[in-house]
Amino acid sequence: MANKGWDEFEIGAMLRTFNGKIDDIVGTHQENRAYSENSSFVASVADWRINKPVFNKDFCIDCQFCWVYCPDVSIISRDKKMIGVDMDHCKGCGVCVEVCPTNPKSLLMFPEKADEETELAAWPAKNEEKK
Amino acid sequence: MSEMKKIKNLKEFSTSADRFEGANLLCPGCAHSIIVREVLNATNDDLILSASTGCLEVCTAVYPYTSWDASWIHIGFENGSTAVAGAETMYKALKKKGRLKQPERNPKFVSFAGDGASYDIGFQWISGCMERGHNIMHIVLDNEVYANTGGQRSSSTPIGSSATTSPEGRRSYGEKRNKKDMISIMASHHIPYAAQVAPNKWKDLVKKIQHGFSVDGPVFINAVSPCTTEWKFDPKDTMHLADLATDSLVFPLYEIIDGHELNITYRPKDLVPVEEYLAAQGRFKHLFKDEYKYLIKEWQERVDANWAYLNRREEARV
Repeated sequence: MANKGWDEFEIGAMLRTFNGKIDDIVGTHQENRAYSENSSFVASVADWRINKPVFNKDFCIDCQFCWVYCPDVSIISRDKKMIGVDMDHCKGCGVCVEVCPTNPKSLLMFPEKADEETELAAWPAKNEEKK
Repeated sequence: MSEMKKIKNLKEFSTSADRFEGANLLCPGCAHSIIVREVLNATNDDLILSASTGCLEVCTAVYPYTSWDASWIHIGFENGSTAVAGAETMYKALKKKGRLKQPERNPKFVSFAGDGASYDIGFQWISGCMERGHNIMHIVLDNEVYANTGGQRSSSTPIGSSATTSPEGRRSYGEKRNKKDMISIMASHHIPYAAQVAPNKWKDLVKKIQHGFSVDGPVFINAVSPCTTEWKFDPKDTMHLADLATDSLVFPLYEIIDGHELNITYRPKDLVPVEEYLAAQGRFKHLFKDEYKYLIKEWQERVDANWAYLNRREEARV
């Protein structure tokens, strides 16, 4: 997309989200859609993050709370299973960690620079005091 | 009438393909997009959407990007509802003339607006839409402040809240006027459906949205949307704040059918004192000074009175 000056915008601009036509949008998941350069899906807000969520699938019960309460469509769930976090669109707000009901939590926040493998290996154990 | 999407549980809900995209510019932890996602995923039908000026509009349509995978229009601050009403009228006219290419598809017309664009600036336009009986749904994302322009008070701002145009200080405790009862005002248009929803009760929200889509006529939805920036809480606590709002009955969840049949749809098992709801937010911090403590008591009394009023209305069916 060429950069435009403030006085070069078209009046009543119309943006097309997709290249071509998608007939069954509700049956087509993100990975199968042909996004155009105008969809914010092709952009990234990864540099907003200070902390990142790390997903530990060993403790996940696929309750989908994180999916429904994610403000940024960043929890990838397919076929009723939570697969992972979309790191291009996650802003690191931490809502998913707060709503995670498992003990220990299957999602935890770590500093952006933390190494995922190390954190997964040192995952906290079950907290017996908590109900 | 096309068939309604069946959503029995959250796992089934999670198979929905989102029509709202990430990398929008809403704050981390913003409840707006949570509500929008729950609304959009509640139906399989085509959508014709509008947004009035506000956080949602400026953050999801930053040129050259759009975050919407459906027809979406923005015109002005006040006329998001009429834009959609116009599209709906055109759709009806073309259908009548037989000029629709796919007349079997049943698009839904939804207008999103903030509380500023609904309670204040767009009030007359929404009222007109409700009066004319368009088959549209107007959803207010109620964060009780003009969050997009820096936190000015709106007529949705509650008593005691510190906003930039009604700040707390030595001589003032912030906003002095009570919140407008918008749902009752809209229900008084005798529209088929008006309801209050909250993002944390997703099942209740989806049920109400689907009911709204199934009726013929205008629908008004007020959705509480905790604002991390203006309510001043940590982004991760968005859902906690929504829980407090519904469980303290500051935002009771109810619906009004045909302007008279009021149903309370959620009765919290463990009531939370209003004090806890206020204490979780920075905008009410000053109320905990000794000289303003009486306001917290008044808050609790007001919320209790409103709950009693809703219960009486539910019983009396008026």
